[in-house]
Amino acid sequence: MEILSLLGDGMLLAVQPQNLLLIVIGVTVGLFIGAMPGLGSVNGVAILLPITFLVPPSGAIIFLAAIYYGAMYGGAISSVTLGIPGASTAVATTFDGRPLARQGRASLALVTAALASFVGGTVANVFFTAFAPLLADVALSFGPPEIFALMLLAFATFVGLGGDDIPKTIFSICFGLVLGAIGFDQISGAPRLVLFDITGFLQGIGFLVLAIGVYGIGEMLWTIEQSRGDVESTNPKMTMRGMAADTAEATRRGWKGTAIGSVLGFFVGILPAAGATPASLMSYGVAKMVSRVPHEFGRGNPDGVAAPEAANNSASTGSMLPMLTLGIPGSPTTAILLGGMVIWGLVPGPLLFVQETEFVWGLIGSFYISNVAAVLINLAFIPVFIWMLRMPFTILAPMIFVLSIAGGFAATRDMFDIWLIVIFGLGAFVLRRFDYPLAPAVLAIVLGPIAEPTLRQSLLLSSGDPSIFFTRPVAAPITIIALILLFLPAVKLLRRGRGKSGAEPS
Amino acid sequence: MTVSKRVLLQLGCAAIVALAPLPSVAQEWEPRRPIDFTIMAGPGGGADQIARFIQSVAEEYDMTNRPLVPSNRGGGSGAEALIHVANASDPDHTILVTLNSFFTTPLRQSELGIDIQTFTPVAMMGVDPFVLWVHTESGITTFDQFVEQVQSMGGEFVMGGTGAGQEDSIVIAFMSAAYDLDINYIPYDGGGAVARDLAGQQIMATVNNPAEAKGFYEAGDFVPLLAFSDERLPAYPDVPTIRELGHDFSYYNQRAVVGAPGMSDEAAAYYQDLFGRIYESEEWQAYLESESLAPLWMDADEQRAYWATQVENHRELLEALGE
Repeated sequence: MEILSLLGDGMLLAVQPQNLLLIVIGVTVGLFIGAMPGLGSVNGVAILLPITFLVPPSGAIIFLAAIYYGAMYGGAISSVTLGIPGASTAVATTFDGRPLARQGRASLALVTAALASFVGGTVANVFFTAFAPLLADVALSFGPPEIFALMLLAFATFVGLGGDDIPKTIFSICFGLVLGAIGFDQISGAPRLVLFDITGFLQGIGFLVLAIGVYGIGEMLWTIEQSRGDVESTNPKMTMRGMAADTAEATRRGWKGTAIGSVLGFFVGILPAAGATPASLMSYGVAKMVSRVPHEFGRGNPDGVAAPEAANNSASTGSMLPMLTLGIPGSPTTAILLGGMVIWGLVPGPLLFVQETEFVWGLIGSFYISNVAAVLINLAFIPVFIWMLRMPFTILAPMIFVLSIAGGFAATRDMFDIWLIVIFGLGAFVLRRFDYPLAPAVLAIVLGPIAEPTLRQSLLLSSGDPSIFFTRPVAAPITIIALILLFLPAVKLLRRGRGKSGAEPS
Repeated sequence: MTVSKRVLLQLGCAAIVALAPLPSVAQEWEPRRPIDFTIMAGPGGGADQIARFIQSVAEEYDMTNRPLVPSNRGGGSGAEALIHVANASDPDHTILVTLNSFFTTPLRQSELGIDIQTFTPVAMMGVDPFVLWVHTESGITTFDQFVEQVQSMGGEFVMGGTGAGQEDSIVIAFMSAAYDLDINYIPYDGGGAVARDLAGQQIMATVNNPAEAKGFYEAGDFVPLLAFSDERLPAYPDVPTIRELGHDFSYYNQRAVVGAPGMSDEAAAYYQDLFGRIYESEEWQAYLESESLAPLWMDADEQRAYWATQVENHRELLEALGE
C-alpha cells in the first residue's frame, strides 16, 4: 500500500508543530473570512498569499488550504444567523438554514452545517487519496458538451421538483439567466444588455451582488414586515446537552443530504469550470428531489442545510485535484493557489504529482488534519454566534443592512454594485410577496454563464448539429436524464388531467 | 591652528544640510492608499500569473509602503479593464497589467472611446512568444504533417483559442492564410482553459504562450510544432520558426504595466522606479528565462513610440483578418 505510506508521511508532515500551528491559525482566520459577507475564500487566499513567503512551500500551501477549508465552514455561519450568504459557496445554505434560525433552531442548523462539512471534507479526502490520477482523466474527458449537459441537469433538478409553482420557477430561472447574460459576450466579445449605457453593466452582474441583495436586504425587509419589529425568535442559550441533542437530530435528519452532497460535490468539484458554488446548488436540488418531504425544503429542513454544506467542502477538496494532477485550476481560489505554487518555484502540471511527492502528500495529509481542526474550532464558536442571534431585531436589522452593503462593496470595490444590491433587495421583497421562488434565479445567474458558452462551443464543434449532446458517451446519458427530469412535471400534469377527465363521466 | 567649536558646528550644519534633503528628494511621492492593480484578463491565465508574480516580488522585498491589490477585469477582451482604468477616480493609485488586447480592443470596439495614448507608460516587463502545439496522441510531429492533416480534414480540424481578434487568433489567421488551412476555431475564456481542453483532446491544436503549455510539454502530452518568434526559443531549440519557413512574420504578447490617464509625473516616476527594480530582481529575470519570455526593457518615450507602431501593426493585421 504505497499510497497509505505516502499519506502517512504527509500527515506526519502536517502535524509537525509549525504546520499544525499554521493549520489552526489558517482555519480560524478562514472561518471568520468565510463568515464575513462579501469576503470568501478567494479574497482570503489572495490577501494572505504574500505572507506565505515566510515559511517553506509545503507550509505555505498547508496554510492557504486551511484558510480555504475554514472559509467553507464559515460561510454557513452568516447564512444561518443573519440570512446573508457569507460566501458564494454558502448561498444554498441560506435556503433552509435561515428558516431554521427563525424557528429558534439556529443551533441545529449550525451543528448540521459543521457536521455535514466534516463528513463532506472527509469523504472527498478519501476519494482524493485513493483515485487521484484516475479521476484526473475523468476531469479531462469533460469537454464543452459534457459540461453543458451537466448544467442542463442542474437546471432540471430545480424545475422538475414538485412543490413550487412551476411557471413561477421557470420565470425565476429566466430572470436569472437574463441577469447572467449582461456584460461582455465571451464568444464574440461584444457587450450585451448594457442598460441605459451605464458602464457598470459592462462588467456583468456578480452572483454575490444578487445573492446579498435577495437574501440580505430582501430577507431583512420581509422579516420586518412579518414581525413588525418584534424580537423575531427565541434562540435558546447553547448548552452542552443542547449541543448533544442537536448532534443527534442533525445526524438523524441530515444524513441523506450529507451523503448526496459529499459524493456529488466531489465530482462536480473536480470538473473544470465548475467549483464549489455550482456543486452546493446542485446538491441542494438533488437532495430536494430525492427527499420524501420536498415541500419542507425552503422551510427549514436539515437535509437542505447538510447537502450544500457537505458539497461545498467536498468540492473544495475536489477542485484541488485538477490543480495538483494537471496544473489546471478547478475554481477561482485554486487559480490563486496555482499562482502561489509558481512563486514558490514549483512547476504546476502533470509532473507535479509524480516529482514533488513530499509537497503533494503533505498537502493531502493536511486536508485530513485541517478538516478535524475546522470542525472542532467551528463547534466551539457556535455558542458565540447563537448569542449574537439573541439580540433584538431592532439591533440586528441595521447590522444586517450594514454588513450587506459593506460585504457587497468589499467584493468588487464598486459603488455601482451597492445600488444594484439595494434594487435587488427591494425587487426580491416584492417578488416574494407574490410567492415567486428566488432560489432558481440565484442558481441561474451562477450556472447560466457556464452553460451558455459551453452550449455555443459545443455547437461550433459540431458545426451546428445538436446531436452532439446525444452521441458522445459521457454527454448522452447526462442529457437524457436531464430531459426526463425537465419533462417529468409536464407528464405528471398530463396524467393528472387525464385521470380527472376519465373519472368524471363514470 | 585652532579649530574652534564654531567651525565644528558650522561644518556639522553644512553636513546636515547637504545630507538631509537627499532622502526626501528620492522619495518625493509615495502612495497614500492601496494601489489598484487591475489585470486585463481573468484569473489563472498568463497575464494573471504574471501579475501575481510581480505582486509577490514587491511584497517579498517590501518595495511598496502600500499594497498592490490585484483585481481581475477580463470582460470583453479587456474592455472592462480599460474602461475601469480610463475612468479611475484616483489615477495616481491605479495601474494596469496589459497584454496585446491593450491595442486590439480599442481598435475593434471604437465605441468604447478609449485612446491608449492618454495612458501613462510605466514599464515593459517583457514579451511572450507564441508556439503551435498539438497533443502527442495525434501522432503529428512536424509542421508539414500538421498542414497535411488540416487540409485532409476539410474544415473539421478544431483549434481552440481565447477569442476572435485575440492574440492567438491573429496568429492562427496568419497561418491559415499562408498555408491555405480551413480551421474550425472555438473561443474560450482564457489560455488556461484552452490548454486544458487540448490535454483532454477536446480540441486538436492550440497557439499558446509557452508558460501556459509548459507543464503538459514536460509531461510528454504536448508537442510544439512551430514558433512565431524572430529566433528559435532557447527552451525549444528544435522547434523551427515561421520565419525559417520563409514568412516575414513574428508575433509577441506584451507583458507591460501602464498607469491610468492623468497620472501625475511624480507618481509615474515612482511606479517607473518600482517596476524597474522588480524587473531587475533575480526572481523576475529567472521567470523570464524559465517561461521563455524575451526581455524588452523600454523607457517611457520608447513605450509610447512602441504603442504607436503596435496600434498600426494591429490595425493592418485586423483589417487583413476582415475584423
